[in-house]
Amino acid sequence: MYRYDELDQAFVDARVAEFRDQTRRHLAGELSEEQFRPLRLRNGLYIQRHAPMLRIAIPYGLLSAAQLRKLADITRRYDRGFGHFTTRQNLQLNWPKLEDVPEILAELATVQMHAIQTSGNCVRNVTADHLAGIAPDEVDDPRPYCEIIRQWATLHPEFTYLPRKFKIAVTGAATDRAASEVHDVGLHLVRDASGCLGFRVLVGGGLGRAPMIGQVIREFLPREQLLAYLEAILRVYNRQGRRDNIHKARIKILVKALGIERFRELVDAEWQASREHAPRLPLEEIERVRSFFRPQPYELLTDIDVTAEREPRFQAWYRYNTRAHRVSGYRAVFVCLKSHQAVPGDMTAAQMDAVAALAERVSFGLIRATHNQNLVLADVPQRELYGVWQALELLGLAMPNIGTLTDMIACPGLDFCSLANAGTLDVARQIQERFDDLDYLYDLGEIELKISGCMNACGHHHVGHIGILGVDKHGEEWYQLTLGGSASGVTALGEVIGPSVPKHEVAATLERILEVYRGVRHEHERFLDTVRRVGVKPFKERAYAPHPAAA
Amino acid sequence: MRHILRQRELQADHWRHLGEQIAPGDAVIVPFAELRQARERWWAWDGRLGVRLAPIDRVEDLLDVLPRLDLVAVEFPNPGDGRGYSQGRLVRERYEFRGELRALGAGVRQDLVFLLARCGFDAIELAPGEDPQSAQRALARYPVAYQPGSAAVPVQRQRFYAA
Repeated sequence: MYRYDELDQAFVDARVAEFRDQTRRHLAGELSEEQFRPLRLRNGLYIQRHAPMLRIAIPYGLLSAAQLRKLADITRRYDRGFGHFTTRQNLQLNWPKLEDVPEILAELATVQMHAIQTSGNCVRNVTADHLAGIAPDEVDDPRPYCEIIRQWATLHPEFTYLPRKFKIAVTGAATDRAASEVHDVGLHLVRDASGCLGFRVLVGGGLGRAPMIGQVIREFLPREQLLAYLEAILRVYNRQGRRDNIHKARIKILVKALGIERFRELVDAEWQASREHAPRLPLEEIERVRSFFRPQPYELLTDIDVTAEREPRFQAWYRYNTRAHRVSGYRAVFVCLKSHQAVPGDMTAAQMDAVAALAERVSFGLIRATHNQNLVLADVPQRELYGVWQALELLGLAMPNIGTLTDMIACPGLDFCSLANAGTLDVARQIQERFDDLDYLYDLGEIELKISGCMNACGHHHVGHIGILGVDKHGEEWYQLTLGGSASGVTALGEVIGPSVPKHEVAATLERILEVYRGVRHEHERFLDTVRRVGVKPFKERAYAPHPAAA
Repeated sequence: MRHILRQRELQADHWRHLGEQIAPGDAVIVPFAELRQARERWWAWDGRLGVRLAPIDRVEDLLDVLPRLDLVAVEFPNPGDGRGYSQGRLVRERYEFRGELRALGAGVRQDLVFLLARCGFDAIELAPGEDPQSAQRALARYPVAYQPGSAAVPVQRQRFYAA
């Protein structure tokens, strides 16, 4: 993984000192809350329902064992002994004290981490495919480019006060595992006809109140032009993006208002005109950063059958919670944060320490956070899998449900977030309880369930095969269901099936929808494909019908 | 007398904003809308002339008067409005303006002066109530930078360079 040089370290140290001074001035009454707010946001600090919330950056989701241990240590000393992994590969602390935050940031800086630009109207953490570097279907590893973008975007003198937040995702694989089409900018690594590496650039995707799918602004951008082109996009956005209405300030609104052709013309003109002043990205610099992401020193191994003669639960775990690796003899292993006893994405300090130790033992000391709120040990020799499973089972991190209904995404919702209209965690619990039978989950097959507690869509409900959106109805929590969304393969936004349902009805409604699927599906047809084939109508008709048991 | 940070030094400001007491021969900063409306009058002004850009003003529209100007002031009405950073860079880099580039307005606080200086602003007219000494220190807050930026704020190391 990338290692800080003197510049990086000097930068984060200066940043910590700056925030220490800003916090001191705020606590001394020299900086009002209104003045302090944009400064603390750019250091990841929100003031939430119960307490401050600190969002720590995990650039493109990659962590070393030492970093994960430090996170565990911080949650113990400054919080309540657990953290929450988010859909943008970050970690949130829900109970830090404001006056402790400078010290937490100083601790993070000792392991080359920070919370810079994890909130506020600026370029946010750059996210990537969680199988980057090991996926069999990859053109090139996206993480070096993520790291380059991270550095370029960090305290950018021109683009730190944008109209609204700005999210970039990079993927190098045929299958989009980074939801790149619903980002402000999505970058797909591709090769042109002559074999040169570059990017297909998408712009204007996003979720929230006005969900939109990104449009291609450039089919092929040479790698060396990456930063110059991003500057052109951001300059057009910074100058012309709306600042009069927070709900219309994302770049997607500007792209829609101008049309992609006009927006492209403006960006191209800006790109041409700023050639002399835009940052260059020489191939040597790309190679310097790429050198940190070379393939691991793998052993020469052959694929082996590790499941023969083993217990069914291990076989199920192998099938659902591990993935193919580019190198024979290895597999990628999910550390499941979706056990039916826990809040999706939550992890205790003890679990973090244990996973850090496990990573050191079997996966080159590296851990990845996924946008689905799980972790991945990417490089596990197949001969270790049984032992890894046993260890994870003891930790409560081996629930064999990855890719199934209960591997759901949920934002923190009304329990923690001051924006939320409705709870998400108790709905998640309700669903975990009702769908607790693994054989039933396996029969339902691959389903992506995504739950958001408000229109801001941090739980990505629009792109869930099944999406659940919490709404406020006269002070009560109700839930609207959408079907047919997807963020991988063909990106699609889900369709609302009808009126929202009260909280206690969510799991039952879900069950009726899934029974329709079981009734009409073709053999081996995924839920999403059935919805695409038959439309939402049959689901709509039965979702609200009285439950057969009650008839 | 107002003081401003110029080239990192606290100096008396000899410029007058339109609306303040002005005598013939004074150096005057005029809002861009006024300059466009009364172009002949200001072009013939018997003294140094500066313009004040609001966030909605297009830098491109400034080109034909730029040769007459000794100062371009860019307004930051609040800290969240970042349009002025683009205006400043364009004036400095693309249009190669060599006169004083000044940031002013309620948004010009000590916590932003490093960004402003890296964008090419060599004069900082702080918002009322801001402490100039703190702002001066804040200009030297970062010993390094990732992006290309004005050499007026020297950094020991920089990652990316312009052509």
